[in-house]
Amino acid sequence: MNPRTVRRRTLASAAVLLSGALLAACSSDTPLDAPAAASGSTETGGDKPSKFFERSEYKRQLALARETPRGPAGRPWEQMLEPQMTSTAQYKKKGSGGVHLCFSNAGVFNPWRQVGLKTMKAEVRLHKDISDFTVLDAQGKDDKQISDIQELAGSKDCDALVVSPNTTATLTPAVKEACDKLPVIVFDRGVETDCAVTFVNPIGGYGYGAVAADFLVDKVEPEGKILALRISPGVDVLETRWSAAKLAFDKSELDVADVKFTDGDPAKTKSIVADAISRHGSIDGVWMDSGATAVAAVEAFEDAGVDVPPITGEDQQDFLEAWKDKKLTAIAPTYPTFQWRTPVIAALRVLDGKPVPKEWKLPQPTVTQANLDEYLRDGMPPLHYAMCGCQRMPGYPGDWGGKK
Amino acid sequence: MTTATATGATYKRVVRSLGTGAPVYALLAVLLVLLAVTDIGFYEPDRFLAFVKRAAPLVILAAGQYLVIVCGEFDLSVGAIVTAGVVAAAEVYGSFPDAPWLIVASGLLLAGALAGLVNGLITTWLRVPSFITTLGMMLILEGAVFYWTGGSPHGQLPQDFRQLGRGTALGWLPWAVVACLAAGALAVLLMRSDFGRTLVATGDSERTAALSGVRVHRARVIAFVLSGVAAALAAVLVGGFSGVSAQAGRGYEFEAITAVVLGGVVLGGGRGSVVAAMAGAFSLQALFTLLNLRGVSGALESTVQGVIVIAAVGIGAADWSRLRRRRTNSSGGTPT
Repeated sequence: MNPRTVRRRTLASAAVLLSGALLAACSSDTPLDAPAAASGSTETGGDKPSKFFERSEYKRQLALARETPRGPAGRPWEQMLEPQMTSTAQYKKKGSGGVHLCFSNAGVFNPWRQVGLKTMKAEVRLHKDISDFTVLDAQGKDDKQISDIQELAGSKDCDALVVSPNTTATLTPAVKEACDKLPVIVFDRGVETDCAVTFVNPIGGYGYGAVAADFLVDKVEPEGKILALRISPGVDVLETRWSAAKLAFDKSELDVADVKFTDGDPAKTKSIVADAISRHGSIDGVWMDSGATAVAAVEAFEDAGVDVPPITGEDQQDFLEAWKDKKLTAIAPTYPTFQWRTPVIAALRVLDGKPVPKEWKLPQPTVTQANLDEYLRDGMPPLHYAMCGCQRMPGYPGDWGGKK
Repeated sequence: MTTATATGATYKRVVRSLGTGAPVYALLAVLLVLLAVTDIGFYEPDRFLAFVKRAAPLVILAAGQYLVIVCGEFDLSVGAIVTAGVVAAAEVYGSFPDAPWLIVASGLLLAGALAGLVNGLITTWLRVPSFITTLGMMLILEGAVFYWTGGSPHGQLPQDFRQLGRGTALGWLPWAVVACLAAGALAVLLMRSDFGRTLVATGDSERTAALSGVRVHRARVIAFVLSGVAAALAAVLVGGFSGVSAQAGRGYEFEAITAVVLGGVVLGGGRGSVVAAMAGAFSLQALFTLLNLRGVSGALESTVQGVIVIAAVGIGAADWSRLRRRRTNSSGGTPT
C-alpha cells in the first residue's frame, strides 16, 4: 500500500466521521422560539398521553387562564395570577446610593430573547434609582452561566441578581449558592429549587397549546384534517403545548392527519406543508407549537393554489401582517416577551422590602381577530414580537428596530 | 471468449464513465423508486418540479462546494453566506423598498464573489488551512449579521425579488429549476474546460501541477470565488422560497459537503465528478422528502440520515479503491 492510498483511506474515514457528526449536529441544533419554561419533575404513569404530561399542572394552567389577574389593567407585566405573597423585609437595602442590578442571561440566540432583552434594558432606564445594570451573556452555555452567576454573586457588588437559566437541572446548584449571598429572582425558565425570592413566568405551555387547539376545534368542520407542526421533540415547554392540544383534539371530532417536526426552519416547513396537502388532498387546519414558521406554512397553501385553512401562530410581526393582509382565519397564543420587564420591577420591590408573590404568574394574552389591530404596528421588523409591552416605552419603535 | 472480453471492456467503460459516482447514482435511483412506492403522486409533473425546486439551492451549493473540494480545500462559509445574503437583501429593501430586484440580486452575487475572493487569498497567500479560513469567515459573517440586525432583520423581500425562488416561468416551470439547470450546465462546461482539468490536477498533486506550469494559487482562488457566487445564488433562491429568516442558511455548509461526499468526491481533492456531487445533493433532498413522507419521527430522522450517509460513502470507498488498484495493476497505471 503506497502512502497515497493511506492518505486517501484516512481522508475517506475522516469524511465519514465528519459527515455523520455534522448531520447529527445540524439537525439537533434546533432554534427555539420560546425558551423552556418552568419544569418541575414530571411524574409518570396513569392515563397520560406523554411522559411530559402532568394532569394537575394542566388543570391548574387552564384554571389560571380563566382567572382575572390582580394588578393594573393594561400593564400585564405588573399583574399577578393567584399570588401567594412572601415577605422580603430581610432583603431591604440598607444605606443610600443607587441600586446595582445584575442579570445572568442564558443568551440572546433567538429573536424572542432579542426583543426581551431590549425591553428589559428599556425597563431599567425607566428607574432612576438603578445606578448600574450589569448583564452577563452565557451564550447558551451552561458552564459559562455557572461561572457568570458565581462572578456576579461573589466578587461584584450586586444588590440583587436576576437569572434566566439556560437549562433547568444544571443551573440549580449555582442558583442555590447565589441565594445564600443575595436576593435572587429567576424568570422565564425555572430551576429545581425554591430558594429564589420569586420566580416570574407566564401561565405556561398547556395554556398556550389548549388555546390554539380549541380555536381549531371551533373553526374547523368535524372530520376536518389537522396538520400539527412542531419545532422539535423533547423540549418540555413545547411538549406541554402539544400534549394539551392532543388532549383537545382527541376529545373533538377532528382528525389529526400528521404531526411533523420543522426544526423551526421556514424552507423545511414549506416543504412539509406542501407534501401534506398533496398527500391528504386537503388540510383543513394547521396547529403550531410556535409561530416563527407560520408565514412559510401560509405560503405553502398559496403556492399550492388552495385557500389557507384556519391556522394558529404567534405574536411575531410577519405572521400578524400576513394575517391582516391575507384576511386569514387565525389566532395567536403568546409566550409574552413583556415578562422581561417584570424581574426588574420585582427586584426593586424586594430591595424596598415590599412583599412579592413566591411564584409571580403573569397573564398570557392571546391575539385574536378582535384585538389584532391593537398589537399590529406597521414598520416593525418581521421577527419582532408584538407582546413586548414596550409600545409606550421611551425609544419605541426605533430601539426595537421599527420605523418612527 | 471475444464476447467476454467485449463485455468486460463495455463494463469497464461504463464503470469509468460513472467514475467514483456510481454509488450515488445507485442510491439516487433507489430513493426515487422508494418515493414512487411511498407516494404514487410524486411523479406528477407539478410535484416533481416542486421537488427539484426545493433541491435547487442545495444542488447549486454542492456544485460550488465541489469546485473547492476537488482542488483540495473546504468551504465552510457557504451557509453563513446564504444567511448573510437573505438578511442583507431584506435590510436593503427595508431602506430602499423600490430597489430593482436585478440590482439587488447582482449586488448579492458580487458580495458572494468578494467573500470567496477573501477566502481564497487568505488560504493561498497566508497559507491558512481553508478549514480554518472558511470557519473564520463563517463566524465573522454570522456575528456581523447578528450585530447588524440584532437578530431580527428589517424589511420584507418584495414579490419580484422572490420570483426566482417562488415563481414559475410559462406558468409551470419554476424559475429555481431553470437556475439550477443553468448552474449545473455551467459547472459541467467549466469542468470540461482547461480550467477544470487544472483544478483537478491541483487537487490531485499540487506539486506535480505546479511543476507542469499550473498556477495553483490562482486556480484555488477562482474555485473559492465561484463557490461564493454559488452560495449567493442559493441565497437568492432560499430567500425567494421561504422569505426573511435569520437562520436561512443554517447547516447548509454541512449539507453541501455531505452531498459532495455522497457523490464520491474524495476529500483532499483530485477525484470525483461535479455531476455526481449534484446527484449527491438530489439524493440528500430525496432522502429528506422520503423520511417526511414516511412519517419518520423528527428524533429518528437524523439517525437515518447518518446511517445512509455512512453506508453510501463506506460502500463507495471500499469497492472503488480496490477496483482502482486492480485496474492500475493490469493496465500499467493509466491515469483515471
